[in-house]
Amino acid sequence: MDQGADRALNGRPQSPRPQIGGVRSSFTPWEDPAARPLVRFEGVSKAFGDTVAVKGADLSIYEREFFALLGPSGCGKTTLMRMLAGFEAPDAGRILLADRDIAADPPHRRPVHMMFQAYALFPHLRVDQNIAFGLKRQGLPKAKIAARVEEMLALVKLEGLGRRRPDQLSGGQRQRVALARALAPRPRILLLDEPMAALDKKLREETQFELMTLQQTLGMTFMIVTHDQDEAMVVADRIAVMRDGEIIQVGRPAEVYEAPADRYVAGFIGDVNLFEGRVSAAEGPLLRLQSADGQFDAEGAGAVGDQVWLAVRPEKIAVHTEPPADARNRLAGVIHDYGYLGDWTTYLVEIAPGRLVRAARANATRTVERPLGCGDRVWLTFAPSSAVVLTR
Amino acid sequence: MRRDRSGLAAILPLLWLALFFAFPFLLVAKLSFSDTALAMPPYAPRIDWSQGLAGLEAFFAALDGETYARLTKDRLYLDAYLSSLRIAATGTGLLLLIGYPIAYGISRCPPAVRQALVMAVILPFWTSFLIRIYAWIAILKPAGVLNAALGALGLPPVDILNTETAVLLGLVYAYLPFMVLPLYAVLEKQDQSLIEAAQDLGATPLSAFWRVTFPISAPGAAAGALLCFIPMAGEFVIPDLLGGSETLMLGRVIWTEFFANRDWPAASAVAIVLLATLVAPILLFEREQAKVLR
Repeated sequence: MDQGADRALNGRPQSPRPQIGGVRSSFTPWEDPAARPLVRFEGVSKAFGDTVAVKGADLSIYEREFFALLGPSGCGKTTLMRMLAGFEAPDAGRILLADRDIAADPPHRRPVHMMFQAYALFPHLRVDQNIAFGLKRQGLPKAKIAARVEEMLALVKLEGLGRRRPDQLSGGQRQRVALARALAPRPRILLLDEPMAALDKKLREETQFELMTLQQTLGMTFMIVTHDQDEAMVVADRIAVMRDGEIIQVGRPAEVYEAPADRYVAGFIGDVNLFEGRVSAAEGPLLRLQSADGQFDAEGAGAVGDQVWLAVRPEKIAVHTEPPADARNRLAGVIHDYGYLGDWTTYLVEIAPGRLVRAARANATRTVERPLGCGDRVWLTFAPSSAVVLTR
Repeated sequence: MRRDRSGLAAILPLLWLALFFAFPFLLVAKLSFSDTALAMPPYAPRIDWSQGLAGLEAFFAALDGETYARLTKDRLYLDAYLSSLRIAATGTGLLLLIGYPIAYGISRCPPAVRQALVMAVILPFWTSFLIRIYAWIAILKPAGVLNAALGALGLPPVDILNTETAVLLGLVYAYLPFMVLPLYAVLEKQDQSLIEAAQDLGATPLSAFWRVTFPISAPGAAAGALLCFIPMAGEFVIPDLLGGSETLMLGRVIWTEFFANRDWPAASAVAIVLLATLVAPILLFEREQAKVLR
């Protein structure tokens, strides 16, 4: 996140309309009312016995979009994806692909290909035969298949490994074979089921960027299922956050992070401090909140007397060693604990017995004049524009 | 310093094999190179230990391959040999045809049902093998259960007891668990997402079966085929009880040579020849296995 932009807001020399997040994107087909979505879920529900996996899901995914379904395990995200692939049939609702209801199409007739979580490479086939599997089912001539297989091997940087068997490859290589196999027959949409769950952290980060580049150069539509919020934030154009079979919020990564729909989304994506209180005054865009932790000002919509929650991200809270002049949104406390992460340091500040607030500071310089330690008295402040007022 | 003791674990199986396989095998091999004799036991030579080393030399000098030469001269042995292999091969083929759908069906059941069905496959072992084969006689005999059932349905009776058909029936019945269990083991282990991946890439359910499920289960089919083919080729009880005099199989030849003709060397030679032929498919299988593992 761009800290500079946030600080400029604190000073408040109002620029035309502040944009959420530090990234500008020109790809926003979902804001265009004329755009036809490639995939549409309309009120899709699915239950397994007594367990409801998906409840009335509405979702639109656009051509060339990288869409992420994010949620904890068991939230229904995989079921939603498997319904698009055709492995599960919805109990209610419709799934449209390019404006056509695909309910009657079995999986092998859907132009939708999936990269499976454990890759599901055919162990009895070589790498090139694995990649050719979908092409052969399309009945392409031999020469065309061979050329496409070579093209795919080059695309995923596995040239020369075509004659190996899957068990002779490393985990990262296997993941790329799975990707190449699913991409080879040119699906209308590629489904990725936790594609990086089996990779270590470093490789995972590299692969995330590779996947984004690949999606952009190929100009294809990708849909990823993941429980890893960082992964979803990095790769996706838009994220759908799910909980207990319901889609809670759909938005760009910055929207989901900076303007979460409710406390669940705020807590699931990133760290957050929540202050529960009531609106005591409302003037213009500013609300005044009374909470057990003190009085706060924040931008938001609400009426006097409403019960609300104030959500403040740790990195939006400034840590001071002297009492700051501005008494607004100020909390005094003692450092209870801290975690040094290299790029960031997270402080847990006790503002009342047993009440901890999390504040994070970027380690922008190598040396600090007055380092902080446990037991130090500090003051925390945040700008009214940095907090989000949540009603749910 | 810790010494590598991994070799220790191999001693017990080696000891077992030496005692119950290598030693009897050498005895039979030696017998096959001996001659028949009017003696007790009915063969010669025997080692005369009182002569010391000279006795041992005389013993080895008396061994010859004359019995094997005799086997090639009599058509009966060759016919029995070929018919044994044919019946075992036919039986193995039938077992694959019947066993595969059974194993596949069980592997696709819910786990609780699977357990019960596997138990049911093994259940016949709880009854004596002989009793079960005798039961087949009662079923197949001219006035047996089968013909009674056919008659009740208004169909003409069949007379298959003491024919090769009855032997094949008995073999398939008795060896089915040995085919189903190894097949089930590989099919049950198979990752369901492989089938989904195949269908996802455009394979119809049938094509997904032939291109993915079936090739991956091939080692199980090979193991089942070996487990059935080898003992079936040497089977004695089933052809003896259900096949009558019409069915010629090596197991019965060996029995006749031993007990009717008291020709121990001939019986041993037939047994050795059978063993030698059966070792070939085992080695072939091992090589294929090694290829798959590599």
